[in-house]
Amino acid sequence: MAMVIENITKSVANECHIDDISLQLEPGTFNVLLGRTLAGKTTLMRLMAGLDKPTKGRILMNGKDLTGISVRKRDVAMVYQQFINYPSMTVYKNIASPLRMAKVLDAEIDRRVREAAEMLHIDSLLERLPVELSGGQQQRTAIARALVKDSELLLLDEPLVNLDYKLREDLRTEMRDIFKRRKSIVVYATTEPMEALTLGGNTAVLHEGRLEQFGPTVDVYQHPQSTRIAQAFSDPAMNIVAGKVDRNSLRLGDAKEVPLRHHLSGLPPGDYRFGMRANHLQLEMQTSDDIEFQTTIDLAEISGSETFVHLFHSDDPWTVQQQGIHNYRMGDQAKVYVDSANLYVFDLDGRLVISPTRPDSPTMT
Amino acid sequence: MNKWENNKAWFMVIPVFLVVAVSAILPLMTVVNYSVQDIFGPENRIFVATEWYKEVLTDQRLHDALSRQLLFSALVLLIEIPLGIIIALMMPKKGWGASLSLVLVALPLLIPWNVIGTIWIIFTRPDIGLFGAAINSMGIPFDHTAAPLDAWITVLLMEVWHWTPLVVLLAYAGLQAIPEAYFQAARIDGASTWATFRYIQLPKMRGVLTIAVLLRFMDSFLIYAEPFVLTGGGPGNSTTFLSIYLVKLAVGQFDLGPAAAFSIIYFLIVLLFCWLFYQALLKVGTGDKS
Repeated sequence: MAMVIENITKSVANECHIDDISLQLEPGTFNVLLGRTLAGKTTLMRLMAGLDKPTKGRILMNGKDLTGISVRKRDVAMVYQQFINYPSMTVYKNIASPLRMAKVLDAEIDRRVREAAEMLHIDSLLERLPVELSGGQQQRTAIARALVKDSELLLLDEPLVNLDYKLREDLRTEMRDIFKRRKSIVVYATTEPMEALTLGGNTAVLHEGRLEQFGPTVDVYQHPQSTRIAQAFSDPAMNIVAGKVDRNSLRLGDAKEVPLRHHLSGLPPGDYRFGMRANHLQLEMQTSDDIEFQTTIDLAEISGSETFVHLFHSDDPWTVQQQGIHNYRMGDQAKVYVDSANLYVFDLDGRLVISPTRPDSPTMT
Repeated sequence: MNKWENNKAWFMVIPVFLVVAVSAILPLMTVVNYSVQDIFGPENRIFVATEWYKEVLTDQRLHDALSRQLLFSALVLLIEIPLGIIIALMMPKKGWGASLSLVLVALPLLIPWNVIGTIWIIFTRPDIGLFGAAINSMGIPFDHTAAPLDAWITVLLMEVWHWTPLVVLLAYAGLQAIPEAYFQAARIDGASTWATFRYIQLPKMRGVLTIAVLLRFMDSFLIYAEPFVLTGGGPGNSTTFLSIYLVKLAVGQFDLGPAAAFSIIYFLIVLLFCWLFYQALLKVGTGDKS
């Protein structure tokens, strides 16, 4: 049985935070809520948890209407951005606290606490207090506390934002494995597209309180139904260029005309908008079929082992993701190449017309 | 080279030494000076070593004043700290109600200490005082100038009325600093109001409560102006606290030697208690057994 969200709306003081969202989440699934700050992720989670009441709509759990039922009477666990633990309790007592509230037998509590602690690699810290732990260990404790409850619904609200890069990666991978083996409905909010891809499962893209698209994460990534989703679920955001399709040829921006090939053949003539992911743009020609653009370099941003080159094509800001470290001077002219096999095609209203057929495996960084 | 650089640092701290010397150490040394000599005039003084200390330490009236003082400070802490927390918990957290209640609560703190004494003299007068007359008209005799117990109740009430607001403000600030997510987490865990208080609010307020206990202990242990105005230490000696006794000794009887010796002992007692409280409060809730 599943959790069904029916036409939920939440407004506070005439401001709409959640706009008519419907969603069905199955037990044993990992669901990512992806969206920028203020997209409504936290509000939606609070509604799911029962911390807030929806203005309109219903929430059903296993067919039972839960709308308006107090959070205390629901079977929910939640992990926050901040590391929330009971300050005066040891790690062991913290993890045990939801079970104690539920009046579980001592032996059972001990078994479950140790199991959860082991899973999160904090079994050697059980007698410590939260203040004696690092941020990562505090969050592990909070996750263990949520895990041990074995609730129907487990909500994780950007749990890794406040951790440093390396810890975030470790914990993210561990979480994927831990949660995939459980029968709870897991909901995980994040602003980072790459995090959604690493975690897998399903992804719901939220934008300004509306649900834009929901489906298996890879599906949403490969077939974003609109330019907005494509830009949200792409880091850096997808580059968009206007273009024109004639009977057998394609012309993008200021580039030369090229023949229609791959998935594009058979596209009816007309005006379109084309999406190109930053990792599909190249600064060197790969094949002679590549489409070539004239651009002006704005900024080269070096991040780890990659360089994000920000440049302008006419007046459109684009980003090119390049392996390795490169230096460019602002104002320099540069040629940018793209293989037409990697083009996403949207109509003028921004709706997806066709996406690349070639499996578009995202680069994990 | 290194040595010179290290020495340069001393020049930086010299001003602090000078300020502390003039403001604290020199006056304190004057008191030490008085406490070991019998001084009749600038040219006429006798070194008496520890004689004043012996006299003061065997003084029965001082022992009484000390026990009175300890009882008073203990009562003050037992009443003001819980009461302050309760009031802080009941105050609205945001909106105009929060500002209004803050201003109302803080009012007693804005009144000069000697005026407080005068207010309470009038307030508790059995003939015209709002409180005193009301109590008496209910058939309960109440007169702080005659009955020691009534005097104690009056001084305590005054102290609680005057200083609980400070505890409220500190506790309120501590409560406001707790992120909302803690309360959500507690609700999701199904924690009761009491459990939320015991396991989230109280531990999170530990820092400010440490300060509140220290401040209230020191202040109440050194209390002078309000009971001096209100009861003058009476009736009898029933509200003669340490500093009132000290002033009687020094100014009333002009026994500067014993008064100085007593001042030093008084100072050491306050220092000792503050250190004990501080150590105790540091350990509460941290489980630090070292």
